[in-house]
Amino acid sequence: MPSHDVLIIGAGLAGQRAALAAAQAGASVAIISKVHPVRSHSVAAAGGINAAVSVDDDWRSHAYDTVKGSDFLGDQDAIEVMCSEAPKEVLHLEHIGVTFHRNDSGQLDLRAFGGASVKRTAYVADITGQAILHVLYEQLMKHHETVDRYEEWFVTSLIRGENGDCHGVVARDIRTGRMEVFAAKSVILASGGAGQAFKPTTNGLICTGDGIAQAYEIGACLMDMEMIQYHPTTLVENGFLITEGARGEGAHLLNSEGERFMEKYAPNKMELASRDVVSRAEQTEINEGRGVGPDKSGIYLDITVVPKKRTLEALREIVNIGKDFAGVDITKEPILIRPGQHYIMGGVKTDVDGQAPGIPGLYAAGEVACVSVHGGNRLGANSLLDTLIFGRRSGEHAAERAKHVEMPKVGLEKLHEDEQRIKEIIGRDKSGRRVSEIKDELGTTMNQYVAVYREEEGLQKAHETVRRLKEEAKTAYVDDQGTVFNQDVLGAIELGYMLDVSEAIVVAAIDRKESRGAQFRVDYPDRNDEEWQKHIDITRNGDDVPEISYSPVTITQWQNEERKY
Amino acid sequence: MAEFKLKLRRYNPESGDAPYWQEHTVELEPHRSVLEGILQAKARDDGSIGVRCSCKAAICGSCGVRINGKPGLACHTHLDEALHTAKDGETIVVEPMGNMPVIKDLIVDMDAVHWKKIQRVTPWLINEEPIPEREYVVPRESMVDITQTMACIQCGACVSDCLSMEVDPLFVGPAALAKSYRFVGDPRDAAQEIRLKDLAEDPHGIYDCTHCFKCIEACPKGVAPMSQIMRLRRISGNDYHIVDRNNGDRHERAFVSLIRDHGLLWEAELLPRSYGGDSWFGKFHPSAGAELVSSLPAITKALLRGKVTPMGALKPHNIPAEDLKQVQRIYETVEGREERVEFNLYISGKDEDLAEAPATEEASA
Ligand SMILES: Cc1cc2nc3c(=O)[nH]c(=O)nc-3n(C[C@H](O)[C@H](O)[C@H](O)COP(=O)(O)OP(=O)(O)OC[C@H]3O[C@@H](n4cnc5c(N)ncnc54)[C@H](O)[C@@H]3O)c2cc1C
Ligand code: SF4
Ligand code: SF4
Ligand code: FES
Repeated sequence: MPSHDVLIIGAGLAGQRAALAAAQAGASVAIISKVHPVRSHSVAAAGGINAAVSVDDDWRSHAYDTVKGSDFLGDQDAIEVMCSEAPKEVLHLEHIGVTFHRNDSGQLDLRAFGGASVKRTAYVADITGQAILHVLYEQLMKHHETVDRYEEWFVTSLIRGENGDCHGVVARDIRTGRMEVFAAKSVILASGGAGQAFKPTTNGLICTGDGIAQAYEIGACLMDMEMIQYHPTTLVENGFLITEGARGEGAHLLNSEGERFMEKYAPNKMELASRDVVSRAEQTEINEGRGVGPDKSGIYLDITVVPKKRTLEALREIVNIGKDFAGVDITKEPILIRPGQHYIMGGVKTDVDGQAPGIPGLYAAGEVACVSVHGGNRLGANSLLDTLIFGRRSGEHAAERAKHVEMPKVGLEKLHEDEQRIKEIIGRDKSGRRVSEIKDELGTTMNQYVAVYREEEGLQKAHETVRRLKEEAKTAYVDDQGTVFNQDVLGAIELGYMLDVSEAIVVAAIDRKESRGAQFRVDYPDRNDEEWQKHIDITRNGDDVPEISYSPVTITQWQNEERKY
Repeated sequence: MAEFKLKLRRYNPESGDAPYWQEHTVELEPHRSVLEGILQAKARDDGSIGVRCSCKAAICGSCGVRINGKPGLACHTHLDEALHTAKDGETIVVEPMGNMPVIKDLIVDMDAVHWKKIQRVTPWLINEEPIPEREYVVPRESMVDITQTMACIQCGACVSDCLSMEVDPLFVGPAALAKSYRFVGDPRDAAQEIRLKDLAEDPHGIYDCTHCFKCIEACPKGVAPMSQIMRLRRISGNDYHIVDRNNGDRHERAFVSLIRDHGLLWEAELLPRSYGGDSWFGKFHPSAGAELVSSLPAITKALLRGKVTPMGALKPHNIPAEDLKQVQRIYETVEGREERVEFNLYISGKDEDLAEAPATEEASA
């Protein structure tokens, strides 16, 4: 049985950063990922990473923008930690080799991003996530003697010991089908978001909420689950993301009348207001008949106003995306976009060291976690920062913890249970529905009722559907009976995760009877600080029914104010 | 919506059976990708089809395959495009990538080949000391420049059909060498000379590439591995004056000088010049003889296949004097520049990008 001080699940930015930090602190470390680390969805992050690195900037300004962006639901102590440590982290990345673009005097260049009061987004063209992820992986290769890598291993369960601590995981080697228990003094969940519960989404096929559901399963608390970010610029064609960097470089949003409609909604920040605001504005334009394109369901993003040379250098990837996936030359004509599911602000509730309350030895960092630095709405380029800061902090804290606790003795019960579960799925007869069908219905439902505008009736419908799909998933069948790369059976397990996560999202959205950040309730259109400036916490009470409780928002220096851009 | 016929190469290592072909008909709009076609077949007909994929947007690098015999990303190839290159005009043939062992269906073992080679080039920054307190201050262009190689998504498409690797499995290969340029071109790296020397002296290193262009064609991200290899050679030979034991550098110079003198390649003169440079005496360099003998099989094969005629190889092929002058003018222009100009996608763009870029943009950018 492989045993490590610190075991990390997920090898995106959060996981790799945690692994490097824990190894540096002297712990024995392993990192497990269901795909090769560089395939992790962090690779898709385009626009950049925020940090008050400029001598003219101040982390407090970054923190204030983040608090305001969160619609006063973010925990200000956590936001202070993230923003004050950001410059050091970005410089660290620079030192280990990230090829951040420079200004003419050779220092870090910064670009404008939504919801930010100054330019503070460091970037590598529009492949920032890829550049950082690949450089971290370079470091993992460098430190191969101190970090064991389990690439293409799928974690099926977390293990909780008799004393209630998290003691390890069960995982399956995708290549051989072999199941194994991994013991660890601490487990850091860094398994990313759950975008695949929506269709369309900007998230990759691997973003299926595994970690959120696995933590929920063993009793961890989920927080802010109702807060789902719709990104303002995703391709109407197929849901692909056009980075906010495009608007940061100066691109305009236009309606059918050729009007820069953001004037009406955010006269100061215009296209660079925070994402919930821009997405709602677009949806309003579309709903009121001023959309463009086939069935008027889109908005024009006009990048032709950005100088061509700059576009080719700094937005090269979306030039390609436009050409390859929408048949549009963005340097010559506007491109059709609309709001699309992008990010999940909620996740496994943690403190600023990544610890999940109530389950010693369990940590979470990155999109799977909710610290909560994003509150009701995440600012662009704050997520990469979140993954790195809290990934590092979790890694360091878990390494420290390892010095004081014993290596747990882990039984094989969970292993047998999971082996049994997989056998059962493979053995199902073909009387039920296909996994892919259920997944499709789930995604479409979530995108219809749990999107930019929400209301009671739709949310209830969504809940009913999710409950029904959960039942149907129990008999959903797969074709692949093999052990080598049986992606089919893993798909069935992932479907279960997505259904759990979706239920938590819907239940929280029904509960929050106000409009704040990404949650806009048509039936409760105002923010109601008195009753609702609090987090919704969700736990599972034995019987597979989500249970709701509340926790206060931590406020340090910034009092509520009306949110205007 | 249109119908497309996909023919997938299937292989199940557990069955004990040889690989086989399976056909699926999918219904999608023509500009949807081959990957979406495969996923539709997987969702509707047969969930056991093995294919790695995640982003569907040519960024995660998972879905490298061969389509109608050519390597590329399944998510980056439109169905109608693929139909265009179909050998029988109607069936899109999808196979796993080459040069790497197949694990199952379209999934290959990248660790065994691709990642091993990446590890070969010491793929991490060796810092220029002292590490500054803030960021390294480096020229603006330098970071834009290495973004082209940083853009590599490690998909393996270039490795799949690399000619040199087929012949010499030990060849470090296009992706790893491109990765190496990412450090050699990085002003923060302190080990450029050591890296170059290492790859020049390695008989499977930078001089082992045969300029077949296949990696440039295959690469979905414009990394142009071969161009990066040529840059490594130029930096190695011209800037660091590394003269390798394998004679790669001299061989390259011989090529260049032959074309300057004759306008065309003169095979018989190539080897002697590689060893002796332009001097007449160098032709009698002992190792030139040895190399000539060791090349005999290749030369014989070339003669047999009619690629080279004996007379043609022994005589210089001259071109009309006017044309030769033109060729030499190119040399004068290029060699007369104060600085070597390197082509880079991110800096100079492609020809088509630049075609209509008005000059005034320069100033406003
Ligand atoms: C298109 C796009 C563009 C974006 N652009 C930006 C941007 O410009 N700036 C910004 O700040 N943010 C951006 N974001 C958001 C940001 O990229 C993500 O929130 C962030 O990268 C998440 O990182 P992570 O490390 O938490 O998870 P991920 O990178 O998603 O990694 C998850 C890891 O967990 C592993 N895993 C999951 N389940 C299992 C399991 N069951 N067993 C084993 N391993 C498992 C996966 O293999 C993977 O390694 C963007 C997001 C998208 C989708
Ligand atoms: S050009 Fe060189 S590296 Fe590229 S495929 Fe051909 S032989 Fe391989
Ligand atoms: S160089 Fe291009 S083809 Fe080769 S691995 Fe990188 S992205 Fe793929
Ligand atoms: S699916 Fe990511 S590159 Fe094709």
